[in-house]
Amino acid sequence: MIKVSREVKDLKEDLYIFEIVKGLVVTIGHMLKNVFNLKKLPVIDYPNQEKGIPQGYRGMHRLTQREDGTPKCVACMMCATACPAECIHINATESENKEIEKYPERFEIDLLECIFCGMCVEACPVDAIRMDSGVYSIVKTNRRDFVINKEQLLAVKPQSESAKELNIEKPMHDYK
Amino acid sequence: MITILDFLIILIKEVFVIGICLSLVPVLVWLERKGAALIQDRIGPNRASIGFLRLGGLIQLVADSVKMFFKEDIMPTSVNKFYYYLAPFIAGMVPLMTFSVIPFADNLQIAGSRIPMQVLNIDAGFLWFFAIVSFSVYSVVLAGWASNSKFPLLGGIRASAQMLSYEIPMGLSVIGLLMIFESIHLNDFVVQQGELMWGIIPKWGIFMQPLAFLIFTVCAFAETNRSPFDLAEGESELVAGFHTEYSSMKFGLFFMGEYISMVVSSALIVTLFLGGWQIPYLNTNMIIEHSKILMQFSCVAGAMFSFFISNRLNDYSKYYKDRWKDSRDKEAGIFSALTMILGIALLATFGLVSFVELPDFISPLFAMVAQTGAFFGKIFLVCWLFVWVRWTLPRFRYDQLMKLGWQTLMPLALINIFLTGAFLQFLGNK
Repeated sequence: MIKVSREVKDLKEDLYIFEIVKGLVVTIGHMLKNVFNLKKLPVIDYPNQEKGIPQGYRGMHRLTQREDGTPKCVACMMCATACPAECIHINATESENKEIEKYPERFEIDLLECIFCGMCVEACPVDAIRMDSGVYSIVKTNRRDFVINKEQLLAVKPQSESAKELNIEKPMHDYK
Repeated sequence: MITILDFLIILIKEVFVIGICLSLVPVLVWLERKGAALIQDRIGPNRASIGFLRLGGLIQLVADSVKMFFKEDIMPTSVNKFYYYLAPFIAGMVPLMTFSVIPFADNLQIAGSRIPMQVLNIDAGFLWFFAIVSFSVYSVVLAGWASNSKFPLLGGIRASAQMLSYEIPMGLSVIGLLMIFESIHLNDFVVQQGELMWGIIPKWGIFMQPLAFLIFTVCAFAETNRSPFDLAEGESELVAGFHTEYSSMKFGLFFMGEYISMVVSSALIVTLFLGGWQIPYLNTNMIIEHSKILMQFSCVAGAMFSFFISNRLNDYSKYYKDRWKDSRDKEAGIFSALTMILGIALLATFGLVSFVELPDFISPLFAMVAQTGAFFGKIFLVCWLFVWVRWTLPRFRYDQLMKLGWQTLMPLALINIFLTGAFLQFLGNK
């Protein structure tokens, strides 16, 4: 247990008014600094500019593809089993290709149920599902649209590519 | 006997005062939001616009008030309807009534008649202020009680105890001033504050009675329920305190009432302690005597300021050329041009003042305008103090609040009275 001493140091601190003035000086200092350097405020003009997100950020899911465009997923249900939110729904079908055996006919993720924990990514034995899209702002107008299907998941691109396409600029201000 | 002219003059003053009070509300809300943002290293509201017009975030308040008017007005079924409706009315009305005794310029001597520049020119002076401002506790108590809900009730009880406790040191702190100025008419206060002490310092209340100023300001913060004394609506404990059950414009009235009472409190602080409408080192006669040179000076200073602002806006519009990618980008450029035109107009006025013989009534009018400007400028600065303190200090705990009120401020106010009496006795009258 930490005991916080409530004793005041001296009369000056006990008078309280000087401490208030000290605090006021701190805030007005920030204010004046910012009024005269509005361009250097440590903020981004968010919808107009984006900061970009770090590598390894768990954004919206995507399904990786083989070279011929089919999903790498073999419908082994490992991700659906690992999912603590039970938001992954897979219907498996037999593949014509004998080496692949199975592929998902339906692969849906309910983004409203998803907690973005990344367990599906870790569970996948064939690196078919990833969360490296870098998409963190998912906006739809009704609940049904948040259940995204296989085609939509295949269309999502990894962050490095989508960053190029969205033309994410460098933030206006450098951070320290 | 009151003539139609008198009636008209009073009406004009009334409309002016109420208009100023109400139009200061959005400015103060803007000041609060922008000030908070800048203190916390943010930008604050800057996006909402009507066409190209952004006004640095002021338009956001138009959006907010439109929202507030059109929101659904929900009334809980269990409330006491009469008092429930009465409370926001009191909150909005009482502060407006108190402003009427405050003089905003010296008596205007024009065409042989003498017009006092305060709406209610009564001898009761600030007794009226204290009498009326005490009513505002009713809005909080009634809102808390009539809502018939636990959080509002707790908020109302807290607020009533707090406001009643702080009224006492507030009243006591002014007694020192009464002893010095020997009047309760607020204009007399201000006139006497125009004199100089030892020839250097203006005889403002803050220099005569620094302790009283401190006590009065703290109590004014508590009276207006502003942070750090906003326990009545302490959202971390009481949801929103006494106005939890209010929605749409009824909440809006409480919100407006808070800012109007802020204006009124700062007006009283300015009148009692900061020299009211006095411009330091320039009394009314001096302004009227030297009105020509002062007018020339203010025209030139205003023109310089306009050109400076115009220049800054021009820089700004160049820097943010394609920030929004719509007509909002042109705003800074347009305002830069407008301020440039204003500056040129002021220079033209300078020429007019210098080379044209002015009629007699211009000088007193100029004095009145200058003093009104000084008065509202001071009010604005004190309002900024309210905002500044709100974003600096954390909220008091309730027992600390009561301890401060009863065990610190009240004895201090009494000591202040005693000291003032002793000084007056031993140092001669004034």
